Amino acid sequence: MIETLLIAFIKIVIVLLVLLTAVAYSVYAERRISAFIQDRLGPNRVGPFGLLQPIADVVKLVFKEAIVPRNANKPLHDLAPVISLTVALATFAVIPFGNTITLFGEEVKLIIADVNIGVLYILAFSSISVYGIALAGWSSNNKYSLMGSLRSSAQMVSYELSLGLAVVGVIMVTGSLRLDQVVMNQTNYLFGVLPAWNCFVQPIGFITFVVAAFAETNRQPFDLPEAEPELVGGFHTEYTGLKFGLFFLAEYAHMIVASAIITTLYLGGWHLPYIDMIDVSPMLMSIIGILTFVIKVTLVLLFMIVIRWTIPRFRYDQLMGLGWKVMFPMALLNIFITGLILLLLQ
Amino acid sequence: MDLYAFFFYFFAVLTVGSAFVVVFSRNIIYSAFALMFTFFGVAALYVLLYADFVAVTQLLVYVGGILVLIIFGVMLTTKVFSVEMKTGTLNLLPATLFTAIIAGMLIFVFSATDWNVVPDQEWDTTVYGIGALLVNEFILPMQVAGVLLLVAMIGAVMMAARDWTKLKSK
Repeated sequence: MIETLLIAFIKIVIVLLVLLTAVAYSVYAERRISAFIQDRLGPNRVGPFGLLQPIADVVKLVFKEAIVPRNANKPLHDLAPVISLTVALATFAVIPFGNTITLFGEEVKLIIADVNIGVLYILAFSSISVYGIALAGWSSNNKYSLMGSLRSSAQMVSYELSLGLAVVGVIMVTGSLRLDQVVMNQTNYLFGVLPAWNCFVQPIGFITFVVAAFAETNRQPFDLPEAEPELVGGFHTEYTGLKFGLFFLAEYAHMIVASAIITTLYLGGWHLPYIDMIDVSPMLMSIIGILTFVIKVTLVLLFMIVIRWTIPRFRYDQLMGLGWKVMFPMALLNIFITGLILLLLQ
Repeated sequence: MDLYAFFFYFFAVLTVGSAFVVVFSRNIIYSAFALMFTFFGVAALYVLLYADFVAVTQLLVYVGGILVLIIFGVMLTTKVFSVEMKTGTLNLLPATLFTAIIAGMLIFVFSATDWNVVPDQEWDTTVYGIGALLVNEFILPMQVAGVLLLVAMIGAVMMAARDWTKLKSK
C-alpha cells in the first residue's frame, strides 16, 4: 500500500517538474519561432541563445506588484488562475508517457493514474477548464473581461461537442476507454507496412479533433477570448504579477496537454514504428518509448506555435458557424462511417 | 481510521458543506460556484464506491454541462451584483413538520435496511456492463430519452428565434 503510494508520488513529482520546465521553455520557443517567422531576432540576450529567458520571465512576474481592482470579487479573483492551472496539470495524470519500465526489479507503468475510463476523464476535465476563465472574467468586474470570458465559455462549450464526438471514433476502434489500451491498439500495422495509428485509421476524426483541440486551448486561429484589438486582454485584462503568470502557465500547460492527448489518441503515443523488428533490450525499449513520446509531443506543440503565427483569427460568427455547421456534422459522419466499416469487417 | 474512511469523510463533509453554502449564500454567483464543489464531492463519493463511469459522467454532465449553463444564465442576468436573494425562513411550522417527517423516514429506512456489504476487492470496470445493458435491455428507454431531449432542443430554438423571417433571411 505504502509502496504504491510512494511510486505514484515519485511519478507525480517527476512529471510535474518536467511539465513545468516544458511549459517555461514552450514560452521561449513560441517567442523565438514567432520572431523567426516575422524576421526578427527574439529573446537572445539572457544566457546562450537566450536560453535563460524563462527564468528571467518568472522572476519578473514574481516580483511584480499584484493589483486587484477595487470592485473585483477578491476570493474568486484569486481562485480563478489556480483553477485554470490545476485543471490543465491534472489532465496529464491519465496520459501514458511510455509503456512499462523495470526499475530495481519492479515493473512500473509509465502513467500516473491507470484508470479504466481515461478517455472520459480527459473529456470531463476539459469541460471543467471553462470555470477558470468564466470566474476570472466575472470576478474582475470589467466589461472587457466579462465579454472575453463569455466568448470563451461559448466557444469551449460548442467545440467540446465535436471534441467528444471525434473521440467516440477512437473508442469504437479500440473497444476500450483505457488510454494505454488506445496506444497498444496503435502498435499494429495496416497492410503490414503502415503503422496503425489512429490518424491513418480515423482521418476525419483526427482533423476534427485537432481543430477542436485548438479551439479548446483558445489558440489561434480561435483565440477570440483574448482578441487584443477588441477586448484588450480578454478574461485576464485585470490580472497582474504572479496571478497573470499562472494564467500564462495554464495556457501553455493546456497546449502541452492537448499535444500529449493528440499524440496519445491519434499519433501512436509512445510507439515508435518498426522498432519491434530490431532486437533491443527491454530497458532500452522503455527509454526509446519515453523519448518517442516526448519528441512527438514536441512536434505537435511546434505545429501549434507555427499555426498561431501563420493563420489569421476567425470572426466570432465564423467561429460559431464552423463549430456547429461543419465540425459537428463531420464528427457525426465519422462515427457513422466508423460504425459501418466495423460492421462490414466483422 | 484507514485511508478509505478518511477520504470518505473528507468528501462527505465537502459535499454537505458546499451544499449548505448553495442554500444559505446571499450571492447567487457564490451559490452557483458552491454547487460545483457539491457535484465534485458527489463524483468523488462515486469513485469511492467503485462506480468509475458514473463518477466521470457526473463531472461531464453536471459540472461540465448543466452548471456551465446555469452560470451563463446568472452572468447574463443584468445587475448580477445587486440581485436580492431571499434566504430567510418562511412558513416555519409546515416546513419544520415536513422536514421532520422526511428526516424520520430517511433515518427509519437507513436503520431498518439490511445493508448488503460487499467484500473489499478490486473491481472490474463498469463501462462494458453499462454499455451492453444500454443497447440491449434498455434500448427503448434510451431512445425515448433521446427523442425527448431532441424535442426540448427544438422547442428551445423555437423560443429563442421568435422572428422566423429573420432566421430565413440568414
